[in-house]
Amino acid sequence: MQFEFLLEQVVNGLVLGGYYLLIALGLSLIFSVGGIVNLAHGAFYALGAYVFVELVKYTGFGAAVAMSPLVVALLGILFERFILRRFYTADPILSLLVTFGLAMVAEQAIRMIWGAAPVSAEIPQTFRGSIFVGDFLFSRYRLLILAVVAAVLVGVWLLLHKTSFGRVVRAGIQRPDMVAALGIRLQPYMTAIVMLGVGMAALGGAFFAPITTVHPAMGADIMTVAFVVVVIGGLGSFWGVVIAALLVGVVRGIAIHFEPAAGEASIYILMFLVLLVRPRGLLGERIEKFE
Amino acid sequence: MTRYSRRTLLKAGAAFAGASAIGSPTILSAQAARIKIGHLVPLTGFLGAIGSYAQLGVKMAAEEINASGGIMGKQIDLMSEDSVNPATASTKAQRMIEQDGAVLLFGEISSASSLTIMQVAERNKKVFFSTGARSDALRGKNCNKYSFHCDIPNTVMVNAVGTALGQKGMVKGKKFFTLTADYIFGHDLLKAAKAFFGSHDATLIGDELIATDVTDFSPYLLKVRQAKPDVVCCNLAGNQVTNLVKQYAEFGFPYPLVGFNLNTGDAWAAGAGNLGGTWPTVWYHTLENPTSKAFVAAFTKKYGKPPENHAWIDYVTMKLLAEAINTTKSTDSGELIAHFEKQSQFDIGKARKAYFRTWDHQLVQEAYPFTVKPKDQMKDQWDMLVLGDPVPAANDPLESIYPTKEQNPCEMKA
Repeated sequence: MQFEFLLEQVVNGLVLGGYYLLIALGLSLIFSVGGIVNLAHGAFYALGAYVFVELVKYTGFGAAVAMSPLVVALLGILFERFILRRFYTADPILSLLVTFGLAMVAEQAIRMIWGAAPVSAEIPQTFRGSIFVGDFLFSRYRLLILAVVAAVLVGVWLLLHKTSFGRVVRAGIQRPDMVAALGIRLQPYMTAIVMLGVGMAALGGAFFAPITTVHPAMGADIMTVAFVVVVIGGLGSFWGVVIAALLVGVVRGIAIHFEPAAGEASIYILMFLVLLVRPRGLLGERIEKFE
Repeated sequence: MTRYSRRTLLKAGAAFAGASAIGSPTILSAQAARIKIGHLVPLTGFLGAIGSYAQLGVKMAAEEINASGGIMGKQIDLMSEDSVNPATASTKAQRMIEQDGAVLLFGEISSASSLTIMQVAERNKKVFFSTGARSDALRGKNCNKYSFHCDIPNTVMVNAVGTALGQKGMVKGKKFFTLTADYIFGHDLLKAAKAFFGSHDATLIGDELIATDVTDFSPYLLKVRQAKPDVVCCNLAGNQVTNLVKQYAEFGFPYPLVGFNLNTGDAWAAGAGNLGGTWPTVWYHTLENPTSKAFVAAFTKKYGKPPENHAWIDYVTMKLLAEAINTTKSTDSGELIAHFEKQSQFDIGKARKAYFRTWDHQLVQEAYPFTVKPKDQMKDQWDMLVLGDPVPAANDPLESIYPTKEQNPCEMKA
């Protein structure tokens, strides 16, 4: 019985990892293409939640979940066009500072628009409750999230690996100078990747709004875990981030099963161990300075 | 680049120094004409949402007092800041007293931060009115002469909910599983809960200590299901409560969820349709009381939403302090302490008047259990709770639900 309980935590951890993935994958993609560590990424997650809460009053759950990432992705255009674009070739410390500043501005803007008190949303009745698969208990709603995350993951992978758009993006990641020499402007591709990245973060925010506290600082809260995932997976690695997100979810679940007080610390211990053995992260590019 | 001669610079320097010398008495007398009061409350972190209500309440009280002539004819200069965490709360409290000239301090919700401010108050011999911290230990082993406690303590919350649950047959012989906030407040609440279970023939079959930054409760909820309790009891705080309530509704477990701590701000954040069960509260904006109603009307007019219980307690405390300073005609800590230790009765917007108990400086007042309205009966998003009868019952002494001297001894140094 003990083993079954443990297995249940592992499966639940995989589901939670899927949610982390939505935030971390966009963060990793923006870094891969633009070389920018976007500290404002959590703000888009928070905006996704707030826009969802507003839309759901008028459109219902499904439409609000679909539209919230689109609205935030449109904001992503402005973010890329007027802010990020100026920092692709600049000293990385500048982009860190500007995105950090933007994160604070966004949090205060949310506070001004929606107030400091949390806003609330509900899960639709259809997705409430749990279902049993064998002896395992699953929240219906989290299964829905898992299904959507899987679909998004497949979609992003196909986009990057099976389309001409993806070929240019991947070439741009490896040899931007060569892509430019071929007469291809990378900027529209950058805009699209930023839209995709922040849109995924917003989708995470929209899905989690009914089951977590929607408050102005929620973006800052999620960024810590997202960074842990990206660092463990290796900055810029698609599959590295996927594996790391699932691993973080599972390790947290197992830690809580055996030693609840160590639950939150466990993911940082995991990051510490991975960095000790592989400073580049699980599937990241080799960092010559450290290896 | 503009260059200045040494003579010009010297003249400018002398003029500045002269102006400062002439100007400073004016500044000093302007400062003396105001009474500085320090207010600290968490505006960020897991208690930030309810802390923001406290700040709205205290600002409104200060504005009302200033509009009616201030305290002893002087305007209040309210310094209200984010206490952030226990270490920062302590640093800010010290700065407010030492550098900013605060004559007294009040506020705070976190028991851990309140404890550090209490230590600053004692060291500097300034009074501190802790408005939202609920740990029994603050009134007991950590008590000090300079600190007063306005919110109901953990034992009262446990007694309020426990009594209501007992009447519904949900205590005797039942198996409880508790989820507890992993800091001084939660530990203290668990202790009070264990004492209640022990004396009412209930069993605690599991407890999970949960860090205050946890947002996903699913692994803990799986452990709850594995234990198969009769009742799940929430000993969490702030955003933790909201997250748990939402995720408990998500999983749809058959075990009723109740709680020994809840602030109405957390209930509102959980949203209609997510919250159920029986919980305690210190005050709610639908209370049928003229003082309370007048406050609710003024607050709602000013801010466009009804006040949460922290807005109420910080508003009431500011008013009590102003009244005390006006009565004693002094901001001296000794005189204020002597004033409140007389156990004078105050109208705080409840059916029975409240008073500060001499031996532990606790504001003795009524508490209420509440259940949740069905969604279709709510008038608006804030009309969520159905208050039960006040605890203790009208015939029982107010102190009957508070810890006794023997249960929570407090030794105040002279």
